[in-house]
Amino acid sequence: MSDRPRKEPRIDRGRMWAVARNDLRQLGHSPDFWAPMLVLAALFFVVVPTILLLTITNIGSVGTVKNVSAALEVLPQSAQQAIRGESPTDRTSYALAVYLFAPMAVIVPMTISTAVGANTIVGEKEKGTGEFLAHSPASEREIYLGKLIASLVPGYLTTLIGFGCYSLAVNLIVGPHVGGWFFPTSAWWVLMLWVVPPFLAITLSVVLRLSARVKSAAAAQQASGLVTLPLIMLSYAQSTGGLLGAGHAGLWVGAFAWVAAFLGLKRGAKAVTRPRLLGVDT
Amino acid sequence: MSTHTSVREESAAPAGGEPPAGGVVELAGVRYRFGSGTGLVDLDLSVPAASITVLVGPNGAGKTTALRVITGALRPQAGTARVFGLDPGGADGEDVRRRCGVVAAKPALYDRLTGRDNLKFAAEIFGLGPNAPIEKAAARFGIDRSLDLRVGGYSTGMKTRLALARAVLHEPDLLLLDEPTSGLDPESSHAVLGLVREMTAAGTTVVMSTHLLLEAEGLADQVVMMENGSAILAGSTETLMNRYWPRPLVRFAAEDPTGLDVLATMEGVVAYGREGATANVELDDVARVPGLVASLAAAGVRLTAVTPHERSLEELYLRVRRR
Repeated sequence: MSDRPRKEPRIDRGRMWAVARNDLRQLGHSPDFWAPMLVLAALFFVVVPTILLLTITNIGSVGTVKNVSAALEVLPQSAQQAIRGESPTDRTSYALAVYLFAPMAVIVPMTISTAVGANTIVGEKEKGTGEFLAHSPASEREIYLGKLIASLVPGYLTTLIGFGCYSLAVNLIVGPHVGGWFFPTSAWWVLMLWVVPPFLAITLSVVLRLSARVKSAAAAQQASGLVTLPLIMLSYAQSTGGLLGAGHAGLWVGAFAWVAAFLGLKRGAKAVTRPRLLGVDT
Repeated sequence: MSTHTSVREESAAPAGGEPPAGGVVELAGVRYRFGSGTGLVDLDLSVPAASITVLVGPNGAGKTTALRVITGALRPQAGTARVFGLDPGGADGEDVRRRCGVVAAKPALYDRLTGRDNLKFAAEIFGLGPNAPIEKAAARFGIDRSLDLRVGGYSTGMKTRLALARAVLHEPDLLLLDEPTSGLDPESSHAVLGLVREMTAAGTTVVMSTHLLLEAEGLADQVVMMENGSAILAGSTETLMNRYWPRPLVRFAAEDPTGLDVLATMEGVVAYGREGATANVELDDVARVPGLVASLAAAGVRLTAVTPHERSLEELYLRVRRR
């Protein structure tokens, strides 16, 4: 055996991006995989909010308005004060647009990235392509980071595009009732750019570890679904809290999430090893 | 080096018996145990530069594991591995793998991508830049016209050719081929082996595993027979044959085979055995044949055939394994 200690190799970004691009390229050639993801994003970001907001603003569903108005009473004072609009219908529409749909910004990327990430390493093992990576000069960390990027990008990109569509929809539907375009609010910017990415990274750190350890893609999907469910709920709660909380709640939630993500990813990187890429039982 | 209890009778040193100093690959007492079984047990292997070494052995003999240890994909649990004088499983792994080209038993290609995308990915991983010789490598293996087709639609032969093109894209110094002709038609196999010879002539060192002993016989500068994770025999085909069968074997056939039994008492005959109509005669010198034919004719034996028997690697393999 080697007497020399293993030095931590420096990250070759070219190779890391090559791994990521290769995975994304494969994903691009798999419409059977990404088409349902697009449908999911469209439902969460466009279809459901549009129908709901149109119903409230145009048809004026009295029952719904009453129910939501009552729910607004339990919001923190700062959140209640931020709600715009004169009539209960306008205020309800505004509250729905800003507060009710916040968690979808977390659920959509997590669902998509979990599905992609669960398959990414075990897929190499199953198809035998892990053999090429195992014999390549790419380090295990480069492979891990490449896989992480490739899993993160589809979910986050879909979310950003969905967020853009959602912003347009709520501004067009609710904006005229509350004095003009109002969305995204500053709390939403914090959510999208500061809170969602680390939660996504935390989830992927778990999913990639599972993907490296299990023997089949089906097992990876199942295990990831179970393990990430609590994480999605936690992210859901924290994101909502970040939006509703007073002061800089979102910033604090994001900061803690970044620390957790960093630790999770550092630990997760060790799960990708050459024997595992080869499917060798060590 | 460690003590090797599993090596039967011949050391696994290359032809001539002396391990060459500074071989491209030097494995000494390498051990690798899987969770579910044994991979390698005190494997010694020395591969000289610009040569073709063929690993032969049954399934589970450790051929694939040996190739994986050479690139550092698996790190020996005991013993030492040196490739180009570097430690492939340790700090030098990247430097070693950069100089290796590997064709795995399964071609390990991305089926959803095109052949070009597969080669492009390899070029990126090996840092070849935008001017990587993708077309040239593909043309070398006759798949340049299929580069823009999805690999999922390739035949087995095309996949192997693409895997070979990918393995040589960065012009490796060491080419590792794990049963590269498995599943290929004879024409494709011939082409692949021809290219292996061509590359070796250009200075590339090749280590290849195969089940096909005939293939190994015509190709190998060094044959390494493996069993249960160890090399039980190593050397050039000729050396191994001479070692096991130092004397020529000639087959005699006659109209009345019993008349051939007289050969057993003739001068120059070292061993005699008859199976049905054919007598296998081991001689001290092949120059004895004309005299023996004359003696048999004088004894009234009407010969129908006299043929020198070239022993094959398969016979050697079976003989060694039977022991």
